[in-house]
Amino acid sequence: MAKNTNSTSYEFYKQKNKEEMKYQLITFALMIIFTLVAFGMVIAEYNPMFTIPVIILLACVQVGFQLYYFMHMSHKGHGLPALFLYSGIFVALLTVLAMVTIVWW
Amino acid sequence: MSSDQLQRLKPGQSPHEPEKATLEGKNKFLGFWFFLGGETVLFASLFGTYLALNGPESNTSGPGPAELFGLELVFIMTVILLTSSLTSVYAIYHMKNLDFGKMQLWLGITVALGLTFLGLEIYEFYEYIMHEEHTFTSDAFGSAFYALVGFHGGHVLFGLLWIVTLMVRNSKRGLNLYNAPKYYIASLYWHFIDVVWVFIFTVVYLMGKLGG
Repeated sequence: MAKNTNSTSYEFYKQKNKEEMKYQLITFALMIIFTLVAFGMVIAEYNPMFTIPVIILLACVQVGFQLYYFMHMSHKGHGLPALFLYSGIFVALLTVLAMVTIVWW
Repeated sequence: MSSDQLQRLKPGQSPHEPEKATLEGKNKFLGFWFFLGGETVLFASLFGTYLALNGPESNTSGPGPAELFGLELVFIMTVILLTSSLTSVYAIYHMKNLDFGKMQLWLGITVALGLTFLGLEIYEFYEYIMHEEHTFTSDAFGSAFYALVGFHGGHVLFGLLWIVTLMVRNSKRGLNLYNAPKYYIASLYWHFIDVVWVFIFTVVYLMGKLGG
C-alpha cells in the first residue's frame, strides 16, 4: 500500500471517528437525563405502581444506549456478539422470573 | 504472534480498527462477548436472589431497604461510574486514531473515577456495618444485598486492576496490533460494569426506596 493512500484513509477515518464521538456525547447526555428522571420520580414519591415500571423501562433504554453506542453493537460485524448477549439476556430473564415467582406468587 | 504485531502504531498510519486487524484480535472480541453473555446470567441469578429475599420476611434484623438507603450517595456513585464509561469511550476513540498517549491519559481518568466509585462503595458498606447493623450475616436481606452489590464492587476492582496492568505493561511499548485488542476488550468490560450498575441503582436502591 502506498504511503499517501494510508494517510488519506487515516484522515477519512479520523473524521468519521470524530462524528461518532458526537453521537457518544449525545448518548451520554441522554443517559444522565434518564438517571435524573429516575431519581426524580422516586424523590417525588409518585405511586410506586406507576414509578416502578417506568424506572425499569428507563434502565433498559439506558442499557440499550450503553450496549449499542458505548460498546459499539450498532457497528457492522456484531451479529455473534448480539446472539451471545441476547441468549444471556433470555436465560437471565428466565432466572429472575423463576426466583421471583417461587417466592412471591 | 508475528513480529508485525509488535510494531508500534502511530497516528497517520492504518489500520483503522487495530483491535480487529488480526485473527487473534477478532477471536478475543468474539470470546469476550461470549463471556459477557455468561456474566449477564451470573448477575441475573444474584438479582433474582435479591428480589426474592428483600421482603419483610427475610429482613429479620436491622433496618429494611427504605430506611437504609440514602439516594444522595447512590446518585453521586451513579454519575461517577457513568462518566467513567464516557472517559473509556474517549480512550477507545483515541486508540482508533492510533494516539497512544491520549488513550493512556483517558484510561488514567477512567481509573481515577473508578477508584472514587470504589471508595464511596466501601464508605457506604462501612456505614451500614458499623452504624446500621446491616451486615452480610444479619439476615437474608443482608446476605442478598452484599452478594449482589459486593460482587459488582468486585468487578469494579478487577476492572481497575486489569486496566492499570495494561497501562503499565504497555507504557513503553506503545500501541500495536498485539495489545490493541486487549485495550478494546478491557473497555468493553468497563462498560459492562456500568450496565450492571444501571440495574443495581434501579432495582436495589430506587425500588428499595419505594418499598417495592
